[in-house]
Amino acid sequence: MIAALAFYVFAAILIASAVMVVTSRNPVHSVLFLILAFFNAAALFLIAGAEFLAMILVIVYVGAVAVLFLFVVMMLDIDFAQLREGFQRYAPIGAVVGAILFLELVLAVGSWQFAGDAPGLRMAPMPGNMTNTQALGRLIYTDYVFLFQAAGLVLLVAMIGAIVLTLRDKPPGSRRQDIGQQIARTNTVLLQSVPTGAGLKQLGIRRPPTPEELAPRKALAHGHDDHGHGAHGHDGHGHDDHATSQGGHH
Amino acid sequence: MAIGLGHYLTLSAILLVLGIFGIFLNRKNIIVILMSVELILLSVNLNFVAFSAALQDLAGQVFAMFVLTVAAAEAAIGLAILVVYFRNRGTIEVEDISTLKG
Repeated sequence: MIAALAFYVFAAILIASAVMVVTSRNPVHSVLFLILAFFNAAALFLIAGAEFLAMILVIVYVGAVAVLFLFVVMMLDIDFAQLREGFQRYAPIGAVVGAILFLELVLAVGSWQFAGDAPGLRMAPMPGNMTNTQALGRLIYTDYVFLFQAAGLVLLVAMIGAIVLTLRDKPPGSRRQDIGQQIARTNTVLLQSVPTGAGLKQLGIRRPPTPEELAPRKALAHGHDDHGHGAHGHDGHGHDDHATSQGGHH
Repeated sequence: MAIGLGHYLTLSAILLVLGIFGIFLNRKNIIVILMSVELILLSVNLNFVAFSAALQDLAGQVFAMFVLTVAAAEAAIGLAILVVYFRNRGTIEVEDISTLKG
């Protein structure tokens, strides 16, 4: 009795919010009513005994899809009043098509019944001794694992597709990092072997080399690098005396 | 009066018709059309779950989960296309989308 009452309440709210989704003037309101509709559908799933799908509906739809809709509706600067022109013009044909479709559905459902051997044809009968989530988990990781993988692939393709579609190239003239060029550049690493105790007094503070200095200093670095590995690569900033003196301890 | 399969089927039929009505009603606003498609897919899911509960067969719920996945992917791709289209044309009127002259 409680379940029947809950079903009618949730179904009524679901239909009312669906009506508001399609007829509301402001698309933001449409999205919010869509969220309400999803919540009520999740409650109906719960009444039907599909707890896992109910939670998935709330998480995936309310948490992701509806928020995505909300984001797009609010981000795009659209004149929604202009988009509503012809609202009354299209309403009659929509009502006619909808009524015909609904009548057909009623006819189909009214004259339909389960086959006599339908219980014997079940693909995955519900086990009685475990919860819905547990049973569903056992099923999708065994019998329906390929379907599960295919679902993952669909989501991957959707993600890549959405990124590829909306990713914009940087405008020309913007300075973006070119990692290959950065690694392949020369004349930026000074290799030096420093004796123990020779710190700032003898070597002084290293500055980033000016272009005029670059050639002689490079020769100097190669001349002192007689240990092979006793040197550190650095980019010529003020603190690299520390690095070079560390190299001298090897 | 116990809640049976017929209740769920009626509800999802109403929801499906509302979704299709929404597509006709909002001929110009593609965002609401996408939302109507979501409503239609929700009614399909409701049918799957109702039959699954009536037959005590879990395969329907597995398939409903797949439908959910596809619906989420469809919404993501659809909205991405919409954003790109709006960036290029500055409008999302469905009737203007005739570049391909199909």
